[in-house]
Amino acid sequence: MTPDGDEADPNTVSERTTQRAPSDDPETRDRPSGSATMASVTETKPPSTGSSRTTSGGVGERVFRGLTTGSGLVVVAAIALIGLFLVVQAVPSLLANNANFLTSPDFNTSDAGNLRFGIRDLLAVTLLSSLMALAIAMPIGMGIALFLTQYTPARLARPFSYVIGLLAAVPSIVFGLWGILVLAPAIEPIAQFLQTYLGWFFLFAPGNLPVLTGTIFTGGIVLAIMILPIITATTREVFAQTPRFQIEAAQALGATRWEVIRMAVLPYGRSGFIAASMLGLGRALGETIAVLIVIRTATSPSHLSLFDGGATFASKIAAAASEFSQPLPTGAYIAAGLVLFVLTFVVNALARVVAGGKVNG
Amino acid sequence: MSAALDAPERPAVPATFRNVSTARKVKNQAATVLVTLAFLVALVPLVWLLVSVLIKGVPAIVSADWWTRSLSGVTPDEVRGGVYHAIVGTLVQALIAGIIAVPVGILAAVYLVEYGRGRLAKITSFMVDILSGVPSIVAALFIFALFISIGGLSQSGFLVGLALVLLMLPVVIRNTEEMLQLVPDELREASYALGIPKWKTILRIVLPTALSGTVTGVMLAFARVMGETAPVLVLVGYARAINFNPFEGNQASLPLLIYTELSTNPSAAGQLRIWGGALTLILIVMVFQLAASVISRYSAISK
Repeated sequence: MTPDGDEADPNTVSERTTQRAPSDDPETRDRPSGSATMASVTETKPPSTGSSRTTSGGVGERVFRGLTTGSGLVVVAAIALIGLFLVVQAVPSLLANNANFLTSPDFNTSDAGNLRFGIRDLLAVTLLSSLMALAIAMPIGMGIALFLTQYTPARLARPFSYVIGLLAAVPSIVFGLWGILVLAPAIEPIAQFLQTYLGWFFLFAPGNLPVLTGTIFTGGIVLAIMILPIITATTREVFAQTPRFQIEAAQALGATRWEVIRMAVLPYGRSGFIAASMLGLGRALGETIAVLIVIRTATSPSHLSLFDGGATFASKIAAAASEFSQPLPTGAYIAAGLVLFVLTFVVNALARVVAGGKVNG
Repeated sequence: MSAALDAPERPAVPATFRNVSTARKVKNQAATVLVTLAFLVALVPLVWLLVSVLIKGVPAIVSADWWTRSLSGVTPDEVRGGVYHAIVGTLVQALIAGIIAVPVGILAAVYLVEYGRGRLAKITSFMVDILSGVPSIVAALFIFALFISIGGLSQSGFLVGLALVLLMLPVVIRNTEEMLQLVPDELREASYALGIPKWKTILRIVLPTALSGTVTGVMLAFARVMGETAPVLVLVGYARAINFNPFEGNQASLPLLIYTELSTNPSAAGQLRIWGGALTLILIVMVFQLAASVISRYSAISK
């Protein structure tokens, strides 16, 4: 869990390597064996004391076990119900859709008798802004995680991480507000510069907005700031778990600090870092209000430029929320929400698989 | 010392420690600079954001009316009234979420740590991860589909609370789970040795030991959901007057107030309210965060 835990553990090299493989959390490793002994104690006790209680315990035990299991099932049921009800509500609108749901750039739901909606542009804007955020936040997040675990003295590491954590405490609407009113005008010259000199590259080509503020470019930067604490917190935790003996072995070979990082810390923490980045991506894909405020809507379709405007899945839904009255048009937005749900489900599930138990949450 | 003594005996051997080559030194220095820069770069938006919110928000929140009055009867361009109605709404909606999410979350964590074995526990743990990644707008759409489209209810603060439950649950579960795992097995075993059944052990020994950590998790969960805007956009209408009843009528909340003023009120008074609202929201979230870290300092079990 913490580097201190590793230090206190006077294991040999081989033991430590085996401990690393399944899980690095000593508590979770100990738990199954610990509870196994517990279970055997409770099972063997009644005969020895001559009590008439059954092995499953009294009424209280059964009720309590049922309550806790039920609460666990609530979570499973919640996910299943989210999927189910979004599908149920989306299907009638998808059947009534007169455009291709996957390839149409339109999203026209004003006439319930002639629905024309597709997710092409929503997907493009969502992916462009999220991937841009990821491209900015990944290197910086890794840098901060290294700084906090390998460079900062232990006494300062805590307050420094707390400061980075403050970024996560700022509500997303405040990020949106600051992004459009303060940040956007300030970075307009940078956007202008990129468009003037790199405009031949499709990402920096002139977009479908008349202005250079409130573009995907601005939104991507705001999203990068928002996912930075997520990436940093998780990556830092994994880097801090790097086995002490690996670091010391590298140091004993005369490695500089950077070489220690390259030989010991990065190989150990790579999967955790990738998982952390995917958690960040999941957050960026679903971010609603900051994107709704920052990225302006555009009337013409996207050209895959960072200087386009438009809407992401989330911001499209939120923008139309006040007009949810008729079932069919509403279903069109629920269909978009369903795609977003599937997208974040896949990204988060992948993050968990990649992490292989190293990262929690 | 010994090196000096050994030296005459093996003169032809090159020095054991050679100086670090310039290329390696430069790389090492460059890495140090880059890594430090990454940290400093992250501080820029944080400081910039907090300073802008403070500068623009403080003039709004210093008036006594700000904390005690609503915007009822105040015209959009009038610098008057306050956000009491929005603070009430934010707290009421978070409280509804907490009343449901805290007990369910703690029990689910108990299940995962104390009872959960086999496939069901694995699926549950996986679903907690998935739930923590569900975007707030999707949670809001789900509640909309279930209660408004199918259930026929009208928009209300209560439905916002229900959507917030989904966002709060994973935070409560993960934090409680972590604390329960830190409770030493010796405590449990000592209790079993006295013949106390497992459920009583959990209720009387395990949960009280993990209490402060659990409360910290709950505080963090509150801090997270109070800034959520997507559910209030979908599930409740904005009201300029105070509404204590979450089951009926429109109910304001700080995020909804900020968004409404931002999208409908370009006047100077509107700007003042936007930034004042943002600062108020940050302050309230900070109070919960601070409470969380103070409580965790008095934790019974150290990490």
